[in-house]
Amino acid sequence: MRIAVVTAGLSTPSSTRVLADELAAATRRQLAGDNAVDIDVIELREHAHALVDNLLTGFPNAALRQAIEQVDTADGVIVVTPIFTASYSALFKAFFDVLDKDALVGMPVLIGATGGSERHSLALDHALRPLFGYLRAMVVPTGVYAASADFGARGGDTAGLANRIDRAAGEFAALLKAGLRKPVEDPYADVVPFAALLG
Amino acid sequence: MQFGLFSVGDVTPDPTTGREPTEHERIKAMVRIARKAEEVGLDVFATGEHHNPPFVPSSPTTMLGYIAAQTERLILSTSTTLITTNDPVKIAEDFAMLQHLADGRVDLMMGRGNTGPVYPWFGKDIRQGIPLAVENYALLHRLWREDVVDWQGRFRTPLQGFTSTPRPLDGVPPFVWHGSIRSPEIAEQAAYYGDGFFANNIFWPKGHFQRLIELYRQRYEHYGHGTPEQAIVGLGGQVFMRKNSQDAIKEFRPYFDNAPVYGHGPSLEDFTTETPLTVGSPQQVIERTLEFREYFGDYQRQLFLMDHAGLPLKTVLEQLDLLGEEVVPVLRKEFAALRAPGVPDAPTHASLKAAKELVTS
Repeated sequence: MRIAVVTAGLSTPSSTRVLADELAAATRRQLAGDNAVDIDVIELREHAHALVDNLLTGFPNAALRQAIEQVDTADGVIVVTPIFTASYSALFKAFFDVLDKDALVGMPVLIGATGGSERHSLALDHALRPLFGYLRAMVVPTGVYAASADFGARGGDTAGLANRIDRAAGEFAALLKAGLRKPVEDPYADVVPFAALLG
Repeated sequence: MQFGLFSVGDVTPDPTTGREPTEHERIKAMVRIARKAEEVGLDVFATGEHHNPPFVPSSPTTMLGYIAAQTERLILSTSTTLITTNDPVKIAEDFAMLQHLADGRVDLMMGRGNTGPVYPWFGKDIRQGIPLAVENYALLHRLWREDVVDWQGRFRTPLQGFTSTPRPLDGVPPFVWHGSIRSPEIAEQAAYYGDGFFANNIFWPKGHFQRLIELYRQRYEHYGHGTPEQAIVGLGGQVFMRKNSQDAIKEFRPYFDNAPVYGHGPSLEDFTTETPLTVGSPQQVIERTLEFREYFGDYQRQLFLMDHAGLPLKTVLEQLDLLGEEVVPVLRKEFAALRAPGVPDAPTHASLKAAKELVTS
């Protein structure tokens, strides 16, 4: 089983990447025993210029093309973005803007987000969930939001974050095991005969 | 193998001087470039068709008719003729007229056009792009082959006992290419009719066009026109050359950096790696063009985009000298030596006329 992790953190190390890794590790634990799990991590920061170039030229460079193919062919995708100005970051959105509109149809998706304060946590449900709803992905019910306080600051709730990660990973693993995703149709392999086009 | 030019017909300011040619200057420059194509030994000149600024060639057969009068051998073509928004009846008439005036030196390339606002200007809907291309071409195909046509379709008024005039020269319709950037339906259409398929092969990685051409070749065989290797394939390409490759890169960079389509995006180096654009010495252009054959198989027509992105006419004419003197003669020899037996040349009026006479005799 192959899982692609798309993470849009900007700093190194970033709390967004930390959450992405924890979600991936929890998923691996949940699937342990059932499947060998390969995980491809896509750091969008490495593709930042290529994403803007793709928006301008209409095609990805070789490295971005490989990242897109990792997502296209994955069995499930974990996506994590920092919340900027009330929503996902522009870098995060740019990646999903250059994916084929059908690339995520039926794809199990686990959503996560990070931010400085808990006050932005509903961005998961107001911004990320509609985006993946439009793409007809199967988004797991639990999204995981981590604020600075969740990463161990005094008075924070690290146990609560761990519980949310485990719950989300459990839901994600159940969807992955169900294997509901149908392979994407290849328009070049299944050409419509011309008589049908003529009508 | 045919070699030639295809022009978009854009009016773009020269980024090194800020000077923008007038429409009149650009139109005359296109004619000068077409004449130069013949002078340096190229075979084809193709003009785009556009109905919005900053492009000038809205009336391709007017331009090509004028060029026909000033040339002797050059094949006049299009890149592309909008099969979606033009009335197929008018295409049939215009290009048959051009064919007579040019003594058969005419073919054309069908395209859908991807500029959304253009469709409603001509009473059409871009969402119907593929069905329009299919129905309009089916009618055009009949208008050139049947003297009297009764016809009814979804997109134009019916025809009752209609004869498109003039009839094609010698009863031989112009050869048609179908150009597409991404639509398997258009590769299927070209294969169904046994027409040519043209991949513009610029602005995009070659892998993108490989699958379209492969599909066209397979379906060409499926419809009984010949083997996949015998299908008629045309490719575009974009080059800028100087004797010394560093001079070419230095001179072309400001035009690249500010060009329509790819300007202000990837670096010249990235874009030449990812797409077939070649900026360098004539030898580099020769090597890169020969590689196309390895990716796409033996093919029949190679068109180059040379007058793009605000390059001044003088520079373009110098480029054509290099193309005609140093690149194309070598490519002709190399491609001929590499070509597999049984692969045909691109059809011309003379070859189609001879084939027709063979059938009727």
